[in-house]
Amino acid sequence: MGMTMTQKILAAHAGLDRVKAGQLIEAKLDVVMGNDITVALAQPVLAKMGATRVFDKEKVVVVLDHFTPNKDITSAMQSKTCRDFARGQGLTHFYDVGRMGIEHALLPEQGIVAPGEAIIGGDSHTCTYGALGAFSTGVGSTDLAVGMATGENWFKVPEAIRFDLTGKPGKWVCGKDVMLTIIGKIGVDGALYKSMEFAGPGVAELSMDDRFTICNMAIEAGAKNGIFPVDERTRAYLDEHCKKPYTVYEPDEDAQYEQVIQIDLSAIRPMVAFPHLPSNVRPIDQVGDVPLDQVYIGSCTNGRLEDMAMAASILKGRKVAPFTRTIVIPATQEIYLQCEERGYLRTFIEAGCAVSTPTCGACLGGHMGILAEGEKCLSTTNRNFVGRMGHVKSEVYLTSPAVAAASAVAGRIVDPDVIMGGND
Amino acid sequence: MQAAKGTAFKFGDDVNTDVILPGKYLNLQDPQQLAQHCMESEDPEFVHKAKPGDIMVAGKNFGCGSSREHAPISIKALGISCVIASTFARIFFRSAINIGLPIVECDEAAKSIRQGDEVSVDFDTGLITDHTTGQQWQADPFPPFLQKLIAAGGLVEYSKAKLK
Ligand code: SF4
Repeated sequence: MGMTMTQKILAAHAGLDRVKAGQLIEAKLDVVMGNDITVALAQPVLAKMGATRVFDKEKVVVVLDHFTPNKDITSAMQSKTCRDFARGQGLTHFYDVGRMGIEHALLPEQGIVAPGEAIIGGDSHTCTYGALGAFSTGVGSTDLAVGMATGENWFKVPEAIRFDLTGKPGKWVCGKDVMLTIIGKIGVDGALYKSMEFAGPGVAELSMDDRFTICNMAIEAGAKNGIFPVDERTRAYLDEHCKKPYTVYEPDEDAQYEQVIQIDLSAIRPMVAFPHLPSNVRPIDQVGDVPLDQVYIGSCTNGRLEDMAMAASILKGRKVAPFTRTIVIPATQEIYLQCEERGYLRTFIEAGCAVSTPTCGACLGGHMGILAEGEKCLSTTNRNFVGRMGHVKSEVYLTSPAVAAASAVAGRIVDPDVIMGGND
Repeated sequence: MQAAKGTAFKFGDDVNTDVILPGKYLNLQDPQQLAQHCMESEDPEFVHKAKPGDIMVAGKNFGCGSSREHAPISIKALGISCVIASTFARIFFRSAINIGLPIVECDEAAKSIRQGDEVSVDFDTGLITDHTTGQQWQADPFPPFLQKLIAAGGLVEYSKAKLK
């Protein structure tokens, strides 16, 4: 019986010829990443282990992105713990304010992650790097500490659901809509413990930024990882960003899948997930009247350059509605700079948006855009759980940058076509 | 291994880590401080009602969402002796085992146990007993590798040996 793409990568990292679903293995890790929250919590674990050195200072990555620039004294103390750790260990890849970006946008951009690698991160959205054809998954801080100290961890080999993509996405439809459609179909535990492997001719129609968004939200379906095959687009992206040598894995012809699901990209509409689960989706045509207090465009899901370009194309020459405060946060310093060079920053600011240096900020209800009781926010992030962005009685709706930008102008959730009148 | 016995507190499906421990508290690390906010978004009174030894019972996909270990830490620090659920989200599952928070997957028990029932769990045999109704269920034991991890005192103790 053949192996899936994920199983092949895991077998190679466990030094085994074959693995099968359900098997428990110990695998070597190529990259171990953590952020200000999870690295701080990993410190007492490292101490308990008696680990004084990380296994490889090139392969342990620390990004301070959640409560930075530090929002209060407690956060400043937390970040200081991580800063002292990174400095003490002499980590090559340490990203602090002024150089940092949101981790899952930053690592691919900086060429730190590559196809065929086994990666863990102390953050659930570490599954993002599957877009590059890597095995990548999120873990807690104890697993993170163990990975940092030993360069290894244990895994249960997952079975996989294959998503066969066909067709070409229509206007205003992007990776976010594809993934919200899938999560709506299979539910927030539809892929629990499993890999989501993407395949089929439709893959070629998705940009790298689309693929990052899709893999980013694999965890929202309960998956262990999401993974795309490596194609021309991936190679072009890597030529630009990554200097590491890498190995390309393909699933075996006779790989076993727990399920195969067909997704016709041409049939997907712009999507909105209603409170309080990412699976609670409706196509834009069935949203009804939802007035908005806040619109948030950014995060590791949709804070990349294409997302900014999409939002800017809609906001150019327009103004956001008077009582719909709109916050735009490019995900990395590089994207921020590109937004400046391409004139998007001017577009956003002239439209009446607040624009800031990269931070996770409001996405996790941390800072920079917290919601009051009863407020509604349309957000390009990945989670709309109760209280995610502020008060327990606030509401978060998830969507793409195109729908978010158009809705900021309208002051309620609308189809981008309503604002653009059929023009680009 | 020890056994757990206490009063059941019931929760629904897809209880996520934002509900267990809201993001605004993630700049804290002290388990006792984290325990003060456990389940705050779902039931702010929970931390006052739950006594050491009590048991949480939930539906499917318990602990879904973020990787924050603060969530299982807050439950453990509150003194909860076991979480019984139909299924657990995978990061939560790993972290609970890693930090030594006892968890048991058993769909029938999770569905049948009622709020306020007196429940016990024998970790050696996987036997769950509802003393209020007299019902019993048998949970699947952990696979051998995980038993080895648990017997070693968790992942930290297990991994220590590798550093030598
Ligand atoms: S942007 Fe949001 S989802 Fe992404 S890493 Fe930051 S807090 Fe997590």
